[in-house]
Amino acid sequence: MDNLELQKHANDVRKGIVTAVHSAKAGHPGGSLSAADMFTFLYFEEMNIDPEHPDKADRDRFVLSKGHTAPGLYSALANRGFFPVEDLTTLRKLGSYLQGHPCIHIPGVDMSSGSLGQGISAAVGMAMAGMMDQKTFRVYTLLGDGELEEGQVWEAAMFAGHRKLDNLCVIVDNNGLQIDGPVDQVCSPYPIDKKFEAFNFHVINIDAHDFDQIRGALKEARETKGMPTAIVMHSLKGKGVSYMEGSVDWHGKAPNDEEYAAAMADLEKIAEKLAGQQEKAGDR
Amino acid sequence: MAEKKNDTAVKKIATRESYGNALKELGEEFPDLVVLDADLAAATKTGIFKKAFPDRHIDCGIAECNMVGIAAGMAAVGKIPFVSSFAMFAAGRAFEQVRNSVGYPHLNVKIGATHAGITVGEDGATHQCNEDLALMRTIPGMVVMCPSDDVEARAAVRAALEYTGPVYIRFGRAAVPVINDRPDYKFEIGKGSVVREGKDVTIVATGICVDSALGAAEKLAAEGIDAEVINICTIKPLDEELIVASARKTGKVVTAEEHTVIGGLGSAVCDCLCAHYPVPVKKLGMQDVFGESGSASALVQKYGLDAEGVYKSVKEFL
Repeated sequence: MDNLELQKHANDVRKGIVTAVHSAKAGHPGGSLSAADMFTFLYFEEMNIDPEHPDKADRDRFVLSKGHTAPGLYSALANRGFFPVEDLTTLRKLGSYLQGHPCIHIPGVDMSSGSLGQGISAAVGMAMAGMMDQKTFRVYTLLGDGELEEGQVWEAAMFAGHRKLDNLCVIVDNNGLQIDGPVDQVCSPYPIDKKFEAFNFHVINIDAHDFDQIRGALKEARETKGMPTAIVMHSLKGKGVSYMEGSVDWHGKAPNDEEYAAAMADLEKIAEKLAGQQEKAGDR
Repeated sequence: MAEKKNDTAVKKIATRESYGNALKELGEEFPDLVVLDADLAAATKTGIFKKAFPDRHIDCGIAECNMVGIAAGMAAVGKIPFVSSFAMFAAGRAFEQVRNSVGYPHLNVKIGATHAGITVGEDGATHQCNEDLALMRTIPGMVVMCPSDDVEARAAVRAALEYTGPVYIRFGRAAVPVINDRPDYKFEIGKGSVVREGKDVTIVATGICVDSALGAAEKLAAEGIDAEVINICTIKPLDEELIVASARKTGKVVTAEEHTVIGGLGSAVCDCLCAHYPVPVKKLGMQDVFGESGSASALVQKYGLDAEGVYKSVKEFL
């Protein structure tokens, strides 16, 4: 899939995020949007998954350790065909299967998560089991940078490095902001890359919104043997919605109707721009 | 101390030893069984399994929260992990991991928690977990078991492996008498058993207190008091039918557990009787206090959970 197509999918994923959170009147748009490109690449390109058979045994696994960004995961799954995109508007509502945080019973969701620090351990366990049985599936887990303040992350990292789990790829969404403010002011996790290196990971720093870099890093992770890989992706919180970008206020707040319209207008503009690029590409 | 003389004649084994032996015995039959430990394999006795199946024993280091998460992940891809540590750390420190990473997704993780209760002994209060049954009972879908001896402990491990879903089993450090070694012994999750029939009072006991209750019943019998003793290995789901039937017969219930009286067997029995057949209940156990250092037998005596202690409490109650 070329970058333009990925960008279009990512933009749809972002629309789904904003729509779901607006409908729910609650949720976490900022960190969902910052990771939207990674969600898109994982589900549209990287991972061996099948929306028709979400439980197939040899599928790659994904654990959303920063589970509060469930709208990002759900929107990617819906846009990829695991369940109807229209269902995103049921997010967080009583009776909906789209729980506020990921739940293992949702089609395509491999692990319940949301209590920070716990998802990475589950991912490590999946990778451990896969390695024990020489299974071919790979395991991906996405963490927040604030989440790195949880000690359990480092227990899991120590184990993964020690066991040389090269079927594991840990991705850190380094958008620099957590609920109480910038991560380096609350309780700095920096340097993130050097920490993972010290825990015997192969570490790659990338721009979270550059599909060439995402593609290259995940390929490098796949090809890295004898140690797990950590991808530290430098991202913009709220990416794609102008007034949410770089703002800590949109960590866990839903847009009102007016703000929703503005957000969708921003994303529509991006969609038009991408469509224009595609036409141009077609003309050549 | 009169029964001390007889002790040499009674076979004694710690249920943690039974646990390690059972894991080893069941390793061939359950190829998906893996055992996780947190640097305590020698103490939890999972080392017995490790010796037989080194590739299926995973030492996670001193990191119990991560260990529980790893077990959850392994279960999510088809393994049947038995996670081991001391009860204090498996149920206490890792409570939230057990709740959110095992209980909520209802994963097939078994928790084999050893060194539970005051019979940890000399290590003292920091390591004497008297809260695990209460904590584990609160998690929806969690099976909670507390075997009374070697026979029951081994049966519980097998039953846990045959059952799909999260299970917590509590094992002890100290050697305890084998009391269930009889040909008609049958184990089923959720089923208690009347180990002594009586009509004057019901003693519902779990774990090491089953033996104490039987001893107490003998002393009471000598005074013409006919106590019924019920062994409840599965605290959750509780065998309500059996308990209600006995309460109907005797009209008085005493519970005995090596655990705080808040939230464990005693509370479970009260919940049941309040709803179905209210009768006076006396709860024996740790009376909202921490333990302390001492030998297991001295502690059990001090906190009134030996045969003499149970006997005295029942007498006071009647």
